[in-house]
Amino acid sequence: MEMVLDYLSAALLLLGSFFVVIGGIGVLRMPDVFTRMHAAGLTDTMGSFFILTGLMLQAGISGVTLRLIMILGFLWFTSPVATHALAKAALHGKVEPIEHEDEEGH
Amino acid sequence: MMVVGASIAVLVTMAMAMARALLGPTVYDRVLAVNMFGTKTVLTIALIGFFTGRPEFLDLALAYGLLNFIGTIAVLKFFQFGSLGASGPHPGETESG
Amino acid sequence: MTQRPVARVAGLCLLWYAMWLLMSGHYTNLLLSLGAASVVGVALLVTRMLLPDREGAPFHIVPGLLFYLPWLVVEVFKSNLAVARVILSPRLPIRPRVVDFQGHQKTDLGRFIYANSITLTPGTITVRLDAEGFRIHALTGEALDGTEEGEMDRRVCRLEGAS
Repeated sequence: MEMVLDYLSAALLLLGSFFVVIGGIGVLRMPDVFTRMHAAGLTDTMGSFFILTGLMLQAGISGVTLRLIMILGFLWFTSPVATHALAKAALHGKVEPIEHEDEEGH
Repeated sequence: MMVVGASIAVLVTMAMAMARALLGPTVYDRVLAVNMFGTKTVLTIALIGFFTGRPEFLDLALAYGLLNFIGTIAVLKFFQFGSLGASGPHPGETESG
Repeated sequence: MTQRPVARVAGLCLLWYAMWLLMSGHYTNLLLSLGAASVVGVALLVTRMLLPDREGAPFHIVPGLLFYLPWLVVEVFKSNLAVARVILSPRLPIRPRVVDFQGHQKTDLGRFIYANSITLTPGTITVRLDAEGFRIHALTGEALDGTEEGEMDRRVCRLEGAS
């Protein structure tokens, strides 16, 4: 049982690391600030979700898990608010998002 | 063991966020990068707490998350309005702070 | 849930004190009374700020959230995979677009939950939210289709209606 939990925890941490690194690559590769926000969202949502749940499996049922759940909930609540504030401030600061116009129009 | 690997992954991402903060080009890119750096710091503190066997670090991570969020919002508000709230005297106010 | 503000403040106080007990881990008389004093202080402060109303202490949506949040986590995971694929493909096939559309929520709380759910899902960001509706920035056409299909809209409507 210990072994199974350890492997499961390692798998979740690996998955979280994957999303975190991809998000970092995305922040470097994307062309403008709005598209970069999508990449940053990757690290904030699933990156933190998998890393923190992986740690929860190692901690077992205790105050540590409670704190991890609070950190996770807090990150998931604040990340969209911060992103929205950033998008609003960027629009207000006259940063125009790149738009892709396709043939059929929208 | 995987905890160390995850810490390295998060640190690599923090380096990439720092690169974006240095590259810019607009101030909003920098704020985005610094905010991302902050949330990754929360994860790093939690991971370090685990591999040094000191889960008390999680309280620090929680406090750091709160500070990071409020700091980001404050900086954005400053860029948007040019001040942190003193947008001229209110009708009832007699003296300015 | 009852509508009276006193009951809301009392519920919040219980929640805060439970959090104090769980977070501190020390159960001496001094710390217990300090916790009670802090809770009373915060309760006075938020009551003065008129925060504990139907929006500030939305106890009525908690049962609905227990069903909504797991669904949201699965949705976020799916769109994470889609965005990860976009980032990793060498040509970077993004088609960013800004679109206005309407939600069907009746309360500000419902609109807030919907806007945050959209932003939490990578691939779509709410850039403006006002009485006229939502303005979202979508990374790809698929991400936009997912939002316009309206599954999330319906679920948030059900969540705010389940009081």
